[in-house]
Amino acid sequence: MLEIRDFHAFPDAHGRFGQFGGSYVAETLMAPLAELTEAYLRLRQDPAFIAELDRDLTHYVGRPSPVYFAERLTKHVGGARILLKREDLNHTGAHKINNTVGQALVARHMGKTRIIAETGAGQHGVASATVAARLGLKCVVYMGATDIERQKINVYRMKLLGAEVVPVTSGSKTLKDALNEAMRDWVTNVADTFYIIGTVAGPHPYPLMVRDFNAIVGREARAQLLEQYGRLPDVLTACVGGGSNAIGLFHAFLNDRDVRIVGAEAAGEGIATGHHAASLAAGRPGVLHGNRTYVLCDDNGQITETHSVSAGLDYPGVGPEHAFLKDAGRAEYVGVTDDEALEAFHLLARTEGILAALESSHAVAQAIKLAREYPSDGIVLCNLSGRGDKDVHTIAAREGVQV
Amino acid sequence: MNRIDSRFAALKAAGRTGLIPFVTAGDPWPEHVVALMHALVESGADVIELGVPFSDPMADGPVIQHASERALDKGVGLGDVLDWVAAFRQRDSDTPVVLMGYLNPIEIHGYARFAAESLRAGVDGVLVVDCPLEESAVLAPLREAGLRQILLAAPTTAPERLSQLCAAAEGFLYYVSFAGITGAARLSTTDIAARVADVRAHAKAPVAVGFGVRDAASARAIAGFADAVVIGSALVERLEGAASAEEIAGRVAAFLRPVREALDTH
Ligand SMILES: Cc1ncc(COP(=O)(O)O)c(C=O)c1O
Repeated sequence: MLEIRDFHAFPDAHGRFGQFGGSYVAETLMAPLAELTEAYLRLRQDPAFIAELDRDLTHYVGRPSPVYFAERLTKHVGGARILLKREDLNHTGAHKINNTVGQALVARHMGKTRIIAETGAGQHGVASATVAARLGLKCVVYMGATDIERQKINVYRMKLLGAEVVPVTSGSKTLKDALNEAMRDWVTNVADTFYIIGTVAGPHPYPLMVRDFNAIVGREARAQLLEQYGRLPDVLTACVGGGSNAIGLFHAFLNDRDVRIVGAEAAGEGIATGHHAASLAAGRPGVLHGNRTYVLCDDNGQITETHSVSAGLDYPGVGPEHAFLKDAGRAEYVGVTDDEALEAFHLLARTEGILAALESSHAVAQAIKLAREYPSDGIVLCNLSGRGDKDVHTIAAREGVQV
Repeated sequence: MNRIDSRFAALKAAGRTGLIPFVTAGDPWPEHVVALMHALVESGADVIELGVPFSDPMADGPVIQHASERALDKGVGLGDVLDWVAAFRQRDSDTPVVLMGYLNPIEIHGYARFAAESLRAGVDGVLVVDCPLEESAVLAPLREAGLRQILLAAPTTAPERLSQLCAAAEGFLYYVSFAGITGAARLSTTDIAARVADVRAHAKAPVAVGFGVRDAASARAIAGFADAVVIGSALVERLEGAASAEEIAGRVAAFLRPVREALDTH
């Protein structure tokens, strides 16, 4: 196993996290990626840009988000204290806005007039449409036809915000295909278009940039814990689709070796059934969407269709930094099934009055499992990445309820 | 000598422009791939580009995406493609074959194994769409085995990088005529003529132009300034639904012969 001294030293100049990451894209995209990398590396050190971003995060997104002690849930579970980092309280209802606010500012600095995005659950699409509306930029969102069906409310929200939602009918008609289609748009319209990728995947510099914009989550939480509890948590957990909310929470804690880190992937109907989206727990190193990472594919190297009750976790790859953290032994990645996530959803609703997103419900389910492993004075810090309003139809349909 | 190199040397000696048709391996029918390859040669192909189907062809337009999906639905894998090349070689030991595709199938197959099997099957070059020069260290086993790594250059490629590509080019350098995906109709020959001439002057290898070549007229326009033209989506589209080896050969001839003629008479 690799011995890493400073986890904050990654990625390197080529966007590599150990053997993962990189820029595996067609030649046409090499120049726009280089242009973006240069612009972003300059802006991330520019005090004026940082101040502008901080202002937006405070006054538009509503940061900082609270760390909330889920006392009744904790009592019900009977173990360590469960704390929730409330990203569901952000404007538009998820962590996704942390990233889109940042990338939209980068887009404006680069003089781009058209925003494109891919979306699975629709949260990133909504967050992109939101920032585009605010900056007066045109916005096109690519979304798999299957996801459009199961996330109707978010599709309508995007339209209300003035975005065009383009259904993607190729491949498995889900998030991975939406990403392919957005890449095709970008390669065709590189001159005026900025592609806001919604997670820590894609070619360099996206895994770096999206991580930076979400790392506010962990920076805040770390300070909040020290201030309110006088200590760091025993263990962190977050759901992992592409991995942006998870790396957002984890990053500030990576060099705190005593803090255990557990990512919750979608185990769908169970990893043994093959119907899941657990790239790290059940996949292998490969190349997808511009980076080397763990992927779910068959022996011919074809990417396999995934399954999760939550559209936002239904992705056969994962951000390269997570692949790196797994191989370095710094983080563990485990599967949470559809049923476990739904059970956690209901439990959180009844004990705390919070409807969590189905994605986030995977993290809650994992937090519950972890809480049982620690004594009552222990602390489990769980990223509640989004709110569940978008999922009520899916849940109702699954449970045979007419709304 | 690698077949790609000898073919381009022969073309140059004869003062001819090369014709490089692209087809997706396994489309329209896995059982007719070898017949299709021979038909391409009979209709004037100088190099065959054989597309290895992939589930996520990020750089391809709808025509090649659908061809890939059809081939995958029929269970086509990298191993089949290598078998077809080997079968093709039983009757054709001259025409260079370049496999074109994406990295993941090769990665999962294993680079060293892929290199050895490709060589044994009679493959001459490999064009990996999502493996730019910066990442191509992984392809070292292929180059060491004598396979040519075909690199791409694009309209967006910056001057400094273009020099690097020209210096590293082997087999041929594939110049992508416009920023976009395969199959789009955005070719503007006037825009690219000067650029291709410049690339040709600097590249260590011959330059083939692809993307947007749809017929004899567009091929003729490009023949004036390129060493070869690549023609893909328009051909793949033409083959869709062809039911038998004869029908495939008929469609190939009807489509490709006028292109060959245009190249020879420009
Ligand atoms: C609320 C919420 N959480 C998590 C995710 C998964 O994405 P990531 O793993 O990038 O955080 C999504 C994606 O749509 C989401 O909407």
